[in-house]
Amino acid sequence: MESPQVMFDEEFREIQAICDKLQHDANAKVVFIVDKNGQPIASSGETEQIDITSLASLTAGNIAATGGIASLLKENEFTTQFHEGEKSNIHIQIVAQRVIMVVIFDQRSSLGLVRLRMRKAAEDLTAVLMRLLKKAESPGAQTPLDQITDEDIENLFKE
Amino acid sequence: MSFINVPAREINCKIVYYGPGLCGKTTNLQYIYAHTNPNAKGKMISLATETERTLFFDFLPLSLGEIRGFKTRFHLYTVPGQVFYNASRKLILKGVDGIVFVADSQIDRMEANLESMENLEENLKDQGYDILSIPMVIQYNKRDLPYVASVKEMRELLNPRGLQDFEAVAPQGIGVFETLKAIARLVFLELKKGR
Repeated sequence: MESPQVMFDEEFREIQAICDKLQHDANAKVVFIVDKNGQPIASSGETEQIDITSLASLTAGNIAATGGIASLLKENEFTTQFHEGEKSNIHIQIVAQRVIMVVIFDQRSSLGLVRLRMRKAAEDLTAVLMRLLKKAESPGAQTPLDQITDEDIENLFKE
Repeated sequence: MSFINVPAREINCKIVYYGPGLCGKTTNLQYIYAHTNPNAKGKMISLATETERTLFFDFLPLSLGEIRGFKTRFHLYTVPGQVFYNASRKLILKGVDGIVFVADSQIDRMEANLESMENLEENLKDQGYDILSIPMVIQYNKRDLPYVASVKEMRELLNPRGLQDFEAVAPQGIGVFETLKAIARLVFLELKKGR
């Protein structure tokens, strides 16, 4: 299964809502969702102090490296990771083998609560991702690429 | 694989700088980072060893302007060039939209260049890509050093297909942005074609 290529308004709103709910229910500092290639999809919580673009790339790199270890050990994948810090902890989970859900939390929450809430959020997210995949593959799906001309591309690189 | 975020009005693409150890992949990114408008770039991340050799990857997010109201964001990555980091190189190619192959122009690095090109082909194949169909440009770096091979020789060795290629001196920025623009243009043309 490949990563979603296109994110549409309706599914984005649903994914954002899942992100917001998880952040609230898990009492988390930050929740974000990133595709396996490192592209950030949605985020929620105290994101203004965090560089989500860099975190997304590093998380995807981390998951890719762990996936490499898994395949050397003849495992399919390690679906969750947990890193414990002095002030912040991070829980990472692969959802539907295609996106990565990340929860950053502190002493206001607990690993047990985060895991519990992530399970439900992962189910909801899987359903949306499946729908998104079908939609993106449907012949009528409109993307900005349909309208881009060679001239638009050349204009981007004009000095 | 490019990611089009319609609600955020963004087109995101991934470009990987590939090539043998010490050919100047990281230097390309460092120059781009240092000479780009602060609003157009994110933080540059280097996962490197204590001796500043790339261990896993360098990462630089960059905006290149707008197309039809969509922001174009490029994620630039480098791979670790050293032969024994092949597992990491393979991972970084996942989801790639375009390749910049950075070759070291020094005569005694020609074998390393060739080995790296062959390694790129194999690793792309492992990720389900064909080197013949992925957007790619070649940069002949370190043109300022003594004992460099001629561009003609390097073309014969590394670029028999006649891909767009550029002479460069990465620390001085010569050829750096030309290379980046060329690959970005090819990626867009491919994206457009793919739809």
